[in-house]
Amino acid sequence: MKNSHIQIDENGRLCHLLTIEGLERQMVLDILDTAESFISVTEQTVKKVPLLRGKTVVNLFFEASTRTRTTFELAAKRLSADVLNLNITASATTKGETLLDTLRNLEAMHCDMFVVRHADSGTAHFIAQHVPPHISVINAGDGRHAHPTQALLDMFTIRRHKGADFSKLRIAIVGDILHSRVARSQIHALNVLGAGEIRVVGPKTLIPAQAEAIGVKVFHDLGRGIEDADVVIMLRLQKERMQGALLPSEHEYFQLYGLTEEKLAAAKPDVIVMHPGPINRGVEMASEVADGPHSVILEQVTNGIAVRMAVMSMVLGNRYASVEERS
Amino acid sequence: MVQTDEVERLIGAMADEIEALVEGFGDERWAMVGIHTGGAWLARRLHQRLGTDVPLGSLDISFYRDDFTRIGMNPQVRPSDLPFNVDDCHIILVDDVLHTGRTIRAALNEIFDYGRPASVHLAVLVERPGRELPIQADVVGLHMDLKPNEHVKLSGPDTLALTVQRHP
Repeated sequence: MKNSHIQIDENGRLCHLLTIEGLERQMVLDILDTAESFISVTEQTVKKVPLLRGKTVVNLFFEASTRTRTTFELAAKRLSADVLNLNITASATTKGETLLDTLRNLEAMHCDMFVVRHADSGTAHFIAQHVPPHISVINAGDGRHAHPTQALLDMFTIRRHKGADFSKLRIAIVGDILHSRVARSQIHALNVLGAGEIRVVGPKTLIPAQAEAIGVKVFHDLGRGIEDADVVIMLRLQKERMQGALLPSEHEYFQLYGLTEEKLAAAKPDVIVMHPGPINRGVEMASEVADGPHSVILEQVTNGIAVRMAVMSMVLGNRYASVEERS
Repeated sequence: MVQTDEVERLIGAMADEIEALVEGFGDERWAMVGIHTGGAWLARRLHQRLGTDVPLGSLDISFYRDDFTRIGMNPQVRPSDLPFNVDDCHIILVDDVLHTGRTIRAALNEIFDYGRPASVHLAVLVERPGRELPIQADVVGLHMDLKPNEHVKLSGPDTLALTVQRHP
């Protein structure tokens, strides 16, 4: 599906970001390198660059999110774009307007980019198929499918701490792998960057049946799973999974899979601990770890802005370049 | 092609001019800033020649270009690095070639997003015709009377040389 994928234009450039799947290694590296340059913008007195001046970015959030939406909003604003935040659950769809009608209306308002989050897998992809050629779509999380900017900011954070050679790294992803779009995108990104060893750690009920097929090692024991790891990524445990009989109780989950300083001792001494947020303290990890010396969780938030600035400016820039070439 | 020893001679002459220029700053702070890529090489060379310890910065103006909506993002963008407080500092801005003036416009905008400098002076190795903005250099190594289809390029960074290319 490589170059026929909708997110790649006829000249092989990224014009939407919907998934990590099908991205070439060089494309991922270009995004991370560009993000590195956006970090220096935060050293400016005026923390803005004029790249997207006069453009309008719409945050189309059909599912609640604070961190992802605010970092996309800040990223857009630091690129000098105007931002429209639409919380669709409380908007037109409840009045019976279809998704396509909503999109047509936003296009009529001359918007340039849609940042989409939806509880259904494939929504961003669907929208990308229906927008005119000057509009870019970024997937900010769709169902259980993908969360590509989260995975990219995680790769960026790992690279800043552990260097560019991922082949030496052992990375453990812990928690609800089955329902996690974050884990799925992370595994794709780690594979693209040639990570040495990818482990997934969690109870049998929360690990997909054929996990090994996507190039990961499966562990059901936390201590063994994070042994000698360079990077430990903890996933958020969705509270609704408790009701689905997949887990006994939060307390029991914490006993078995909650990360404490004591358990973390099994990992490498310079291990970094990551979490996409928001953290359930005392469920997937203890506060001593979340706030401890190995935690890079708040750095992930900061890096998320630079990575999203890179993705937004690159996809929209490629969109303009291809429109220009055609005219 | 302008040979390496000739380029070195031009840099020497530019350094002398910059030395005279910065004398006018008295006791006030000044710094040098080179524009990626050729300007950064040149700025480092001038900085060495001057034997000064004033801060040396570099700018990548990709985020400030005026042709973003035509050609998109430069994939080789590098972080800008201004390791000093820009406010009230005199800046010697260095680039390899002054042509349309658009790069300098972008660099000035970027500098002003870091602070309010006391002054900005422009030093270029080559000045050529083709200005599209009211921008001029204060220190010039070489005037080259190139035609619109001719382009001059600085190669480096270890040995600097100038090459003129003709586009049909």
